[in-house]
Amino acid sequence: MTQMNMIQALNSAMDVMMARDPGVVLMGEDVGYFGGVFRATEGLQRKYGEHRVLDSPIAEGGIVATAIGMSINGLRPVAEIQFADYIYPAYDQIVSELARIRYRSGGDFCAPVTIRTPCGGGIRGGQTHSQSPEALFAHVSGLKVVMPSNPYDAKGLLIASIEEDDPVIFLEPKRLYNGPFDGDPNKPAVGWNSHARGDVPEGHYRVELGVADIVRPGSKLTIITYGTMVHVCLAAAEKAGVDAEVIDLRSIVPLDVETIVNSVKKTGRCIVAHEATRFAGFGAEVLSTIQEECFWHLEAPVLRVAGWDTPYPHAFEWEYFPGQARVIAAIKATMEAS
Amino acid sequence: MMRSRLHVPRPPARPGEKPDFSYVAVSPAGTAARPDPNAPLNETEFLSREMVRVLDDNHRAVGPWNPHLAAADLELGLRHMMLTRAFDDRMHRAQRGGKITFYMKSTGEEAVSVAANMALKPSDMMFPAYRNQGLHISRGLKIVDLMCQLLSNTRDMCKGRQLPVMYHSVESNLFSISGNLATQFPQAVGWAMASAIKGEDRICATWLGDGSTAEADFHYALLFAQIYKAPVILNVVNNQWAISTFQTFAGGEGRSFASRGPGYGMPGIRVDGNDFLAVYAVTQWAAERARTGAGPTLIELVTYRAAPHSTSDDPSRYRPKDEEKSWPLGDPVARLQAHLRSLGAWSDEQEKALAQECEEHVNQAWKEANTYGTLTDGPQLDPAIMFQDVFKEETPSLARQRMQLAQELKERAQK
Ligand SMILES: Cc1ncc(C[n+]2csc(CCOP(=O)(O)OP(=O)(O)O)c2C)c(N)n1
Ligand SMILES: [Mg+2]
Repeated sequence: MTQMNMIQALNSAMDVMMARDPGVVLMGEDVGYFGGVFRATEGLQRKYGEHRVLDSPIAEGGIVATAIGMSINGLRPVAEIQFADYIYPAYDQIVSELARIRYRSGGDFCAPVTIRTPCGGGIRGGQTHSQSPEALFAHVSGLKVVMPSNPYDAKGLLIASIEEDDPVIFLEPKRLYNGPFDGDPNKPAVGWNSHARGDVPEGHYRVELGVADIVRPGSKLTIITYGTMVHVCLAAAEKAGVDAEVIDLRSIVPLDVETIVNSVKKTGRCIVAHEATRFAGFGAEVLSTIQEECFWHLEAPVLRVAGWDTPYPHAFEWEYFPGQARVIAAIKATMEAS
Repeated sequence: MMRSRLHVPRPPARPGEKPDFSYVAVSPAGTAARPDPNAPLNETEFLSREMVRVLDDNHRAVGPWNPHLAAADLELGLRHMMLTRAFDDRMHRAQRGGKITFYMKSTGEEAVSVAANMALKPSDMMFPAYRNQGLHISRGLKIVDLMCQLLSNTRDMCKGRQLPVMYHSVESNLFSISGNLATQFPQAVGWAMASAIKGEDRICATWLGDGSTAEADFHYALLFAQIYKAPVILNVVNNQWAISTFQTFAGGEGRSFASRGPGYGMPGIRVDGNDFLAVYAVTQWAAERARTGAGPTLIELVTYRAAPHSTSDDPSRYRPKDEEKSWPLGDPVARLQAHLRSLGAWSDEQEKALAQECEEHVNQAWKEANTYGTLTDGPQLDPAIMFQDVFKEETPSLARQRMQLAQELKERAQK
């Protein structure tokens, strides 16, 4: 075990996979010589050469399209899109192509491409460096969608994603790169070194896609979340003094319905929290599932905590962000309902 | 055995190596011919390979592209460029001091924006990129208004929504800047097409970086512009770098960016982007084409990004430290100063006075801007403003969210 922050854990995952499999190649804007604007690929071009860690033109559509072509020719590309906010030029290649190549070819072709991209707010990035577009991908059949909340999971999930024969959209909450963030911007930042999940094995291991993690067991209320909001919800549950069970989904496609349903049947109360906008957000899918599977066990309406249905404003980052107060308000409303 | 081989472009020098700009083909000033703006494509094609330059090594204006500007216009251009530079320096420092969250300088590229604006009419429309502040300044936007945007304060034209530097001005015909690269390029073409559809004589100009030419939007722009012969000027600011990525990764290896123009059927002009007079002259040439129905022009402005990409960037990690000192096309401000001096229209005293005036102007504006609030101090925008302008009318669901936020903030304040 070594102490790693999330960037180091992601770097280690790519390093491990590149050493094991000569077909793993990296590509993206500024990822090669420079090592990426968030430094996730630092040192990898020096180690594995310019043919395996490619600096790309600024053309997200081109990056994903060529990654698809490489994957059809036997490679396992890991493409970095510099910010999730800049993934849309590639949306057609992802939605119409990447997601459906297996299906449309009757299973004869597959495109094992992993697309890594930093998402989420909290770094004063304004409306073009803060988005959480997971629902846009979860809605597309044929894509797996992952969002880790800590270094240990990040490495294990990225390795599992690269080994996966289906395409994976791997969203990295950038506010968590350097440490867990509980939603309070005024508290001094803490690093991953004091967090149990900052202990990361150096070698190969997998965290399976489709397996949620119960990060806080409890009996009175279930909080279902992922990404940055895991830490916000943990802090909010603590402050609210409620015996809440907090579930980190880790991957939203496939969705670990069993863990969700078991928990909600046990607690009878539930809230779903994500940073992305609320309307038609992924929370709606979770809510529907709960309604279908747990209706007769529910003691209160299931509530959503989310970002507002506006773009992410620069000046009002902390009014937009669904912080502890919004989570606590939902916890209270849910607990008081009967 | 024959084998395919992957070519990976490389910049000529990395940190610790000697800067090497031998790849930049520089024509002597005054040598490129000036074809008629309505000449057929084959008579303008050489412009995409040569380099239009007006200022020679002795700082004199020479050759057929000399726009013969009056000394007063040159002085005005210099004033705008020096003000832009002073503004950039002050705002960079303000970011370093934690007053604003982010900044992007245009140092070394001032002529690209200022000269182009001066060659166009105030009624012409502009779709800028994020490093074109010289357009805003030379179009007369108040420095204090630009600063209020940077501060996201109560006078911010973007109402606190945009990252710093994403200005706009309806009155000054400057479109809202996007954080998403290259999107403005085909939009500018559409604006110009509308102008032609409506039978108006206003034209449009747009800018993007060398790196951004890789985006599909750049290619859509050229395609649509040429098919419809839209009255638009398409400017590629080739400042050699796109963050850490050298311009060869966007296709600038062997072929100039300007040469994309003839590929689509329109003239492409390679111009010394640090030569105020040359930038002015080629813009004027392209504007004449647009105004006379001859169609679009692609201009490659060869320049150098002397500053870091942004305040989040550290260029010493990917390029030689003092690379800009070896840049063969010099500095646009110093070159225009030297030209004015060679005309006998400029003295050291004037230069000193102007520099001081710019600095004071910027400092004064900064003081004023701060009185309208910063992200942390002074008067603040009402957070409820974030729910405005999502749509023309606030939807009931947004109204509910606005009230929910108000409740949240009330409780936050009580704590
Ligand atoms: C669609 C999109 N992809 C990536 C980015 C991230 N990004 C911002 S600026 C930049 C480099 C642009 O370089 P260039 O076009 O040469 O302009 P310059 O900064 O040199 O003026 C990149 C990659 C972005 N803003 N938008
Ligand atoms: Mg550039």
